[in-house]
Amino acid sequence: MAHVDRQAWDVVVVGAGGAGLRAAIEAREAGMRTAVICKSLFGKAHTVMAEGGIAASMGNANEHDNWQVHFRDTMRGGKFLNHWRMAELHAREAPDRVWELETWGALFDRTPDGRISQRNFGGHEYPRLAHVGDRTGLELIRTLQQKIVSLQQEDEREFGAYDARLKVFQECTVTRVLKDGDRVSGAFCYERESGRFFVLEAPAVVLATGGIGKSFKVTSNSWEYTGDGHALALLAGASLINMEFVQFHPTGMVWPPSVKGILVTESVRGDGGVLRNSDGKRFMFDYVPDVFKEKYAETEDEGDRWYEDPDHNRRPPELLPRDEVARAINAEVKAGRGSPHGGVYLDVSTRMPAEVITRRLPSMHHQFKELADVDITAEPMEVGPTCHYVMGGVDVDPDSAAAIGVPGLFAAGEVAGGMHGSNRLGGNSLSDLLVFGRRAGLHAARYAASMTGRPVADPLQIDTAEAEALRPFSAETGTDTGPDAVRDRAPAENPYTLHQELQQAMNDLVGIIRRESEMYEALKRLADLRVRARRAGVEGHRQYNPGWHLALDLRNMLLVSECVARAALEREESRGGHTRDDHPAMDRGWRNINLVCRLADPQGDSRAADPALGQIRLSRRETPPIRRDLLELFEKDELAKYLTDEELSR
Amino acid sequence: MSEAQAAEQGTGPAGRSGAYQAHFRVWRGEAGAGGLKDFTVEVHEGEVVLDIIHRLQATQAPDLAVRWNCKAGKCGSCSAEINGRPRLMCMTRMSVFDRAETITVTPMRTFPVIRDLVTDVSFNYAKAREIPAFVPPPELAPGEYRMQQEDVGRSQEFRKCIECFLCQDTCHVVRDHEENKAAFAGPRFLMRIAELDMHPLDAAPEAGIDRKTSAQDEHGLGFCNITKCCTEVCPEHIKITDNALIPLKERAADRKYDPLVWLGNKIRRRTE
Repeated sequence: MAHVDRQAWDVVVVGAGGAGLRAAIEAREAGMRTAVICKSLFGKAHTVMAEGGIAASMGNANEHDNWQVHFRDTMRGGKFLNHWRMAELHAREAPDRVWELETWGALFDRTPDGRISQRNFGGHEYPRLAHVGDRTGLELIRTLQQKIVSLQQEDEREFGAYDARLKVFQECTVTRVLKDGDRVSGAFCYERESGRFFVLEAPAVVLATGGIGKSFKVTSNSWEYTGDGHALALLAGASLINMEFVQFHPTGMVWPPSVKGILVTESVRGDGGVLRNSDGKRFMFDYVPDVFKEKYAETEDEGDRWYEDPDHNRRPPELLPRDEVARAINAEVKAGRGSPHGGVYLDVSTRMPAEVITRRLPSMHHQFKELADVDITAEPMEVGPTCHYVMGGVDVDPDSAAAIGVPGLFAAGEVAGGMHGSNRLGGNSLSDLLVFGRRAGLHAARYAASMTGRPVADPLQIDTAEAEALRPFSAETGTDTGPDAVRDRAPAENPYTLHQELQQAMNDLVGIIRRESEMYEALKRLADLRVRARRAGVEGHRQYNPGWHLALDLRNMLLVSECVARAALEREESRGGHTRDDHPAMDRGWRNINLVCRLADPQGDSRAADPALGQIRLSRRETPPIRRDLLELFEKDELAKYLTDEELSR
Repeated sequence: MSEAQAAEQGTGPAGRSGAYQAHFRVWRGEAGAGGLKDFTVEVHEGEVVLDIIHRLQATQAPDLAVRWNCKAGKCGSCSAEINGRPRLMCMTRMSVFDRAETITVTPMRTFPVIRDLVTDVSFNYAKAREIPAFVPPPELAPGEYRMQQEDVGRSQEFRKCIECFLCQDTCHVVRDHEENKAAFAGPRFLMRIAELDMHPLDAAPEAGIDRKTSAQDEHGLGFCNITKCCTEVCPEHIKITDNALIPLKERAADRKYDPLVWLGNKIRRRTE
């Protein structure tokens, strides 16, 4: 233990995507010495892949837009399971967060009168997404990155060191959040380049690690998305909510095989692209659910007119929320009306001139040309659902982003739960990152500043964390002497193989359409994989060893996968990103129920070794009633589709 | 139709089973020591070089170090040299090579190797810090910014940069000239200066920052002799030389005479 380097900081931010960087900026501007730690190089986080835009009701494209309309759309998109307070804060604060980016150098596309241009997107009543072509995420990450650099330049002028008050530990991974009693005391980390361990001691830790998509085979997510923050929170004693809700984006590439899952932005549909089946039919008109019937066009003509005259026509059903479109595509393919490679057709080539396509959708044009030999200005794309986002995450206080039950732990962005309910609207992710990233940074800073007596990093916990991290190097020799020793002496497992089996199991058994029997089977396979993952072994040494990194990430993926499977098994209805073949209807009785996941055995890890026992304990919790003035933003008839009679009569 | 094309379009006799064995040579080693190692590895239809590197990891070399993230050409992590040419591994399709060809993958040459295909790119982060940030116009509150699309378009082109650092890797000013690194920011960061200089609302002049002069005096713009190697390797097809570096030289030349500006104008006119 003595050899593990320790550094003291005020706030540690885990993750350097949109939420993490925004949190770090806020904490540093509040005067706290802030460390950011991220698995990739600075500026490479998954946020760069966001394409369509940032949802914020600035009203630049349609003056009728305001935060109330945005709030309404968000609640509808999430099928009213959203934490209303998060949805409210998000809708109110998003415009300020976007405008602030301009003062840091962001260059959004413009309206003719010079303001920030806003585009249409699924589920948003008005054109609302601030964007830069179809590379908005890159603009967001670069702007935040450059703002961090500018703060470091200030510190260099003042203290003579760029890193004096804000440091980025790039290509480093946190494997444990450390605690002093109930309180957070820091993070145990390793550096990828050297394999060296170190401890960042801090009273406040902000988790901003993104999602869990790498547990699924077909996914739009990058390698970093292994559910690290979700797992770190669980292991630190926090809870996860809504883990059954996983968003399958309706349009991922389906061919060639090696690019299957790569995202095709929703902007394609927002700007006029249509979905067709192998009969050439615009099938989405057949899939408008009752709750959205009044809001969507019934004929192609009406839908087409909407692009020019949205005040007198209803929007085309291609712009339904993502869960609806993904299910529809799935059903068409199942019914034998799919494209040659098992998707459906997404076409812009017959909808707008080539010049407009290459200007508005440059990355898509480039992506299809380079990776699939498809010229989207001349022919349709083939697309199908891909695992894209997890709505579930750390159970947080809506205002402060503080993890419930673990003082000093905060979470923002995809790793936090509640904001998006059962389904996230496109464009609401980037705004979520900024709104709650800022709040997490602010409250983490306040919490750290209010400390009297810093919590101490426990040497025993550091030793345990180190032993856990080194385990893959001794997998074959079985140095353990505990009850698991015999099992652990079986031959080492290849972490890459284990990962592929996990992805296959989650894809096949807990994917876009779920059945009770399959989820039982999934839990069985996960338990088996968990035992085998304890023997995941690696060759070579600790310097930049990707096999070792994956072996460590497996713990996290298995934990979050079990959360998804258990919660999905428990929720016997279909809602948003959770579709049960055996319970196909939405049930108002489930509307105000959150499923809460906790670690079953927070003290030890004996359960991790036993296939019969799960690691996760599930409980039900009622959501807080929606504030009256927010409920009054909706028509009574609409509320009756979601809320129980009892809730309505309150 | 060539065999590769046939496989690519799924119309070849083998179709999906158009898998074949490819010969790869991958640089393996650490710091100064290492060399090319031969592998025979399976290739499937539609795959890119990064897929093959991943297959090597999963089946033959679990500790083969490689940087990657998005696998969609958006993050700029998987830069390497493929048959000597700087490229993103995720955007280099196997179908561009002959099946019998040996494909050699080496780390970017301009940066020190950490391990295998992973290089120490900290040079770039150091350079990024040396360029003064955007200076917001003090008279405008957030939300009051008004800019025309045609005015932001120029800087937006440069903001497409995914920081893959391939332009930095290929630039001959530093590629085999370690001694120039201290004085030269490289195409990526000279372009960053151009981007800020062309930002319609950057208030640097009011803050006493002269971006044009500093490009020349502090960031080594004068080293650039517009051979356009950077533009050629840019996966985002940004016209780094024509749209960023030459205009920056012209602007700087308002203050100083640079013979290359004169030459650059000639060349540009000819290619237009």
